[in-house]
Amino acid sequence: MSEVVSPPAATTRAAEPLPCPSEWTFELIATYHDAIARTARRFGLDTYANQLEIITAEQMMDAYASVGMPVNYRHWSFGKQFIATERSYRRGQMGLAYEIVINSDPCISYLMEENTLPMQALVIAHAAYGHNSFFKGNYLFRMWTDASSIIDYLVYARTYIAECEEQHGIEAVEQMLDSCHALMDHGVDRYRRPQKLSLAQEKVRRSEREVYLQQQVNDLWRTLPKPTDRKADESRVRFPEEPQENILYFIEKHAPLLEPWQREVVRIVRKVAQYFYPQRQTQIMNEGWATFWHYTLLNSMYDEGLLTDGFMLEFLQSHTNVVTQPPGGRLNPYALGFAMMRDIRRICESPTDEDKEWFPDIAGSDWQKTLDYAMRNFKDESFIGQFLSPELMRRFRLFAVRDDQSQPELEVSAIHDGAGYRQLRESLARQYDINHREPNIQVWSVDTRGDRSLTLRHLQQSGRPLDDDADEVLKHVARLWGFRVVLESVDANGRELKRSEAFPARD
Amino acid sequence: MLQQIIDRRLSGKNKSIGNRERFLKRYREQIRDAVQRAIGERSIRDIDKGETVTVPRKDLSEPSFRHGSGGVREHVIPGNREYSRGDRIERPKGGAGGKGGGNASPDGEGEDDFAFSLSREEFMHYFFEDLALPNLVRTQLAETPEFKFRRAGFTGDGTPNNIHVLRSMRGALGRRIALGSEHRRKLAELRVMLAEARRRPETPAKDIALFEDEIDRLVRRLRAIPYLDPIDLRYRNRVRVPQPVSKAVMFCVMDVSGSMDEARKDIAKRFFILLYLFLTRHYERTEVVFIRHHTQADEVNEHDFFHATESGGTVVSSALLLMQDIIRARYPSGEWNIYGAQASDGDNWGQDSAKCRELLETSLLPLVRYFAYVQVAEGEQSLWEEYTRVAADNPHFAMRMIAGAADIYPVFRDLFRKEAAT
Repeated sequence: MSEVVSPPAATTRAAEPLPCPSEWTFELIATYHDAIARTARRFGLDTYANQLEIITAEQMMDAYASVGMPVNYRHWSFGKQFIATERSYRRGQMGLAYEIVINSDPCISYLMEENTLPMQALVIAHAAYGHNSFFKGNYLFRMWTDASSIIDYLVYARTYIAECEEQHGIEAVEQMLDSCHALMDHGVDRYRRPQKLSLAQEKVRRSEREVYLQQQVNDLWRTLPKPTDRKADESRVRFPEEPQENILYFIEKHAPLLEPWQREVVRIVRKVAQYFYPQRQTQIMNEGWATFWHYTLLNSMYDEGLLTDGFMLEFLQSHTNVVTQPPGGRLNPYALGFAMMRDIRRICESPTDEDKEWFPDIAGSDWQKTLDYAMRNFKDESFIGQFLSPELMRRFRLFAVRDDQSQPELEVSAIHDGAGYRQLRESLARQYDINHREPNIQVWSVDTRGDRSLTLRHLQQSGRPLDDDADEVLKHVARLWGFRVVLESVDANGRELKRSEAFPARD
Repeated sequence: MLQQIIDRRLSGKNKSIGNRERFLKRYREQIRDAVQRAIGERSIRDIDKGETVTVPRKDLSEPSFRHGSGGVREHVIPGNREYSRGDRIERPKGGAGGKGGGNASPDGEGEDDFAFSLSREEFMHYFFEDLALPNLVRTQLAETPEFKFRRAGFTGDGTPNNIHVLRSMRGALGRRIALGSEHRRKLAELRVMLAEARRRPETPAKDIALFEDEIDRLVRRLRAIPYLDPIDLRYRNRVRVPQPVSKAVMFCVMDVSGSMDEARKDIAKRFFILLYLFLTRHYERTEVVFIRHHTQADEVNEHDFFHATESGGTVVSSALLLMQDIIRARYPSGEWNIYGAQASDGDNWGQDSAKCRELLETSLLPLVRYFAYVQVAEGEQSLWEEYTRVAADNPHFAMRMIAGAADIYPVFRDLFRKEAAT
């Protein structure tokens, strides 16, 4: 256990630091990138190849607006997002976050032209080595996304949607997209592993699929039992046989009235949602990991004498802004993630007795291996559940507040003390569990023999109802399904609490 | 591991324009309302500017299944200073349980409206849309007039063919003097001292060598000052200035008797605006004269023109007479391109209509380039009949009965057609 952890052998101290004017040039970016890449290799970061792109503020807002992707299909909501971003940027309410990085191979990182040289170096260390290695290593990303094909797929999606607009009119396509977007969060496979996207296959198979799918749909409705069988089959025919968590997938495959192109649009939205699914579950880890590495890499370069004091001052100021945790209010994911990564290193390098008791497996181990293991095999929920230490809970002065709507007051249910550590940790882990955060709604049944209505079932957790948007979303579901749609909310015992329904608008 | 650094700055500008178009299209109704309101409030002269449009945020929301308030939930919050386990806290007011937690519910505060600005082009687009203008005319009006390059002093950067040699050399000379003067002064002193030292035989050779070295150094320094540096270069600066033809005056004549209600005035205003836009595109200077009349005519400012209502009868010729007087006094027809635009509900005092025709035919029409008349109400009364006779004989007199904004453009059709042809 007590092996001495030797830091990665630093090359000899540099004769003189890298030049550091505040204006960047392409040569300087390449120089800094090389130095950062060298350092990252020494720490064993495994990344996709990097592609750095210099962009303007307007392009950055543009990327923001289309959920960070360099290409995307056209939709009014992206226009709205752009206007909102532009407005707050103009008013100076928000500096543009200085980085966007795309989980693709090669991994694309955006460098904004307004950034000073130290900022560019920070972004390269943070995005091109931090996030990049996370994308390549984390199990969720490995399982759900295929970095090499996402850009191609989005190009395909954009072209396809544009073709649809030409053929069927912008409005019809927009309606489809609106409805699909409303269900985006419920359009992902949570447990099953999808096939990886491949553009070539997508294209070749699209037309086959259209024909085949349509036929399947027709089959489903054609093989309906004749009314005479009704009684006998009552209990046996249940469709779907199991509840389905991926509502969009179910609609794509089984909605009776959709035309082939509409199914393809559903599929596109579904695929994009699936691509972002891992990101939604690894915010703390992903940002924590990237922040930890820009901090570690740049500090290590400073120790080698590669960076000037001026550089470090500017870097540390930005870094501090990023990891500030104001008391009260929301937890800053950068702050929590960064602190946890640092804390794991601390537990490995200089464990206290408390750490040895709480983390017997990792206390005193090789920090790089441990951190790498943590990065690869966890998501926010399990990462917090596994690695949040009492030390850190004390440092953040965490406390849990229980909000029971039936009680007149809130109750402090746990604080950072011996009795509260485990409960705090569980509670925080649950807070980042996507299945807890988003309502559990599944496709429950289809009335194949009656009015073809679709029933969705919302399993209420801890008595939490849906908000008012639910009725709006239900209208969208009805538009996609083409017939009556019912949403029933049930409690854990299957007792129905609320029931609402929507019909497709006839026009 | 670096594949490449790509400079994207020049590519993909305005990439989100397609998304913006879709957004604007979706909120067309709200935008049209805002444009409508802006047209009502703005002065004719300010018409071609952008506008801020506000859309209620709830209309913009994209719904999704989310947890609402209610039930049991637990939040973990940092920064505990005062609480211990089991403490009770009063529920924060408004938006129950909205803090922390995973669901960023948009309820409670933050409900302010979503405002965004229309560019000038977009604003004009919506303005024209109502008027049912043909596309050619739209571009004609929306586009800024022809430009001419005009000299405007000198700048520090430009293209080589614009280098101004004299200025550049003058700057270089000044820089050389400024940079070298200190050295030259020292050099002169040293030379004097060297000559002095040489004259005295007792001076050690070492000192003389020292002087010579120093002189050498200074001469080298002076030589190192570049003869011409990039910062010396001066370029002729040229700016683009709009290049319309000359000047025009536009007479807005409107009946403000009691029967002209707000809706009719609104249509009349659009009619005036359209003519105004046309004129500003073609003339360097466009002046507007507002004449309102009932039984008497007054020259007024724009606000009173559109916003004051009088009652009583109507004598149209009074306005035409006033217009004639003003032309004589201030706008000699040799120097000014005169345009007339008249809006009325068609009422006139019986004997007056014939007088109007005579006035137009004999004194006004020979002076003006174009005269357009709109009647914003149904019914052919005496004025309409007399004017019809005028129109038959004079190609630059246009008239039309209009019920809505879309009917305005045809009044000007001839005017615009002529322009499009030239």
